[in-house]
Amino acid sequence: MLSIISLSLFGILNLFLGFLKSRLILLPATLVFLFVALALLTQEWNQQALYFSDMLRVNNLFVSFSVIVLLTTVLVVGISRNFGDDIEYTHPAEYYSIILFSVTGALMMIGFENLIMLFIGVEILSVAMYVLTGTDKRNLRSNEAALKYFLMGSFATGILLFGLAMIYGATGSFKLGAIATYVQTATQYRSVSPLLYIGLLLLFFGMLFKVSVAPFHFWTPDVYEGAPTIFTAYMSTVVKTAGFAALYKLASIAFASSYGFWAQTLAVLAVLTLLIGNITAAYQISFKRMMAYSSISHAGYLLLAVVAKVPSSQSAILFYSLAYSLATISAFGVLIAVSERKPYEGNPDERYDAFNGLAKTNPLLAFIMTVSMLSLAGIPLTAGFWGKFFIFSAAVQANLTALLVIAVLMSCVGIYYYFRVIIAMYLKPSDNEGVIVSSGFKLTLLFTTVLTLLFGLFPDLVNRFF
Amino acid sequence: MIPEVVQKIPLQYYIYLASALFIIGIIGVLTRRNAIIIFMSVELMLNAVNLLLIAFSTYRSDPNGQVFVFFIMAVAAAEVAVGLAIIVMLYRNIRSLDVGLMNKIKW
Repeated sequence: MLSIISLSLFGILNLFLGFLKSRLILLPATLVFLFVALALLTQEWNQQALYFSDMLRVNNLFVSFSVIVLLTTVLVVGISRNFGDDIEYTHPAEYYSIILFSVTGALMMIGFENLIMLFIGVEILSVAMYVLTGTDKRNLRSNEAALKYFLMGSFATGILLFGLAMIYGATGSFKLGAIATYVQTATQYRSVSPLLYIGLLLLFFGMLFKVSVAPFHFWTPDVYEGAPTIFTAYMSTVVKTAGFAALYKLASIAFASSYGFWAQTLAVLAVLTLLIGNITAAYQISFKRMMAYSSISHAGYLLLAVVAKVPSSQSAILFYSLAYSLATISAFGVLIAVSERKPYEGNPDERYDAFNGLAKTNPLLAFIMTVSMLSLAGIPLTAGFWGKFFIFSAAVQANLTALLVIAVLMSCVGIYYYFRVIIAMYLKPSDNEGVIVSSGFKLTLLFTTVLTLLFGLFPDLVNRFF
Repeated sequence: MIPEVVQKIPLQYYIYLASALFIIGIIGVLTRRNAIIIFMSVELMLNAVNLLLIAFSTYRSDPNGQVFVFFIMAVAAAEVAVGLAIIVMLYRNIRSLDVGLMNKIKW
């Protein structure tokens, strides 16, 4: 709870740091703020408490998912080296503040106990994301992505809100506990108001839109491709982690009793997401666009764990989000470094071809990228393997055999497009010159790689907490 | 008393009205090409939600729904500020608000 308050205060403080000379310490200051919030958060481990008139619940689920969100943010800020370069057109203080504010929103989404809190968290995160997507003001691609994201995102918010209103009409409360009680008794006596079913579906559709599950994924590739790469990395990790934590809470706490109603729908959507995400990703020529489709397919795996709704689902989602976030940040970090060396049609070169011969010029970056791709593909000895393993075993426990078969097949398709990058880096000849990266940047990416390998070798480091 | 006046009309009618407004909003988002009009349709959807929440809240004599309406209004205002800024930014660059012109990123 203290972490939420401190992050919002630090965000305001950061705006004041944007004045005059203090602008130079923005990056270290933001990192310090995030670490303070992280420290405050870990103080709340193993505590059970309700704050803000029972609107926010602090428990281990809140702390663990929030730690992932904060860790991801620290890493993204760590590779954000270009914020302050062009002083006239960029406003580094605002970017860092918006990042801090959006983390506040993500934390509220994870800890919500009242649907009002969920809505406010979703909105704080989304509105911050619309701004960050459009930060490259003079680039038409960035403008277009921002407008698409904004229009589609507020449309999704409208749907989500209509769902909330319907649920309120049926249950008479916004509290998770009260809703769960109503759903349980009403299901028992077979007197569920049709308003609840409409509301539940609309609420889930709104949330699935935010985490880009098919068929609500159509905005994702365009927005991810148009946004500045650093914010694509941020969007695809933080929004997904927070979104799935919220979705899991809704599914497993508030609507646990009407499992039979929503499980079928979500299962169909999970299959659709896996198929569309993986198969379309295989056809892309742009690496960044492939990563967008790959993030859709990862949403499919995460949705599988939500559908399973067994006690181990929570730790499976947690581990998967962690593994996915680490690997995604390394991948986008290397992409940022590589794409800037030679422009392609006026934009940074984000095709697979940009990676040609990287292993010769920058063996370290090539290695970081390889580990990240192996982890995303789910190859053993990386964190991604255990992420998929835990999700698949949750699906086995819930007897979702058909879903499981499709998920395994689709992760084989995944290997094809992830390995294309590795082939480009190690086997394709090229006359590209090497990339020069700063030591802080390299250090951050090495850290994510080491963590990916460490969790791949010792998954118990994370899992023993549950 | 206000609740009694409101309750003279059956609750279903409020739900029908709000749903109709909401669906008009959805159709507007899906069919119009001008960014501002799409934006107005989204606002219509949000206001349909507000109407629905107030109707439920008054029928149940429970203030929670009305408090939520205040939150929705405040958040929608913030969203309008950001949205209009994005639309102005785009207009400065392409001198048009037709979403059909947005094809810099290929589908």
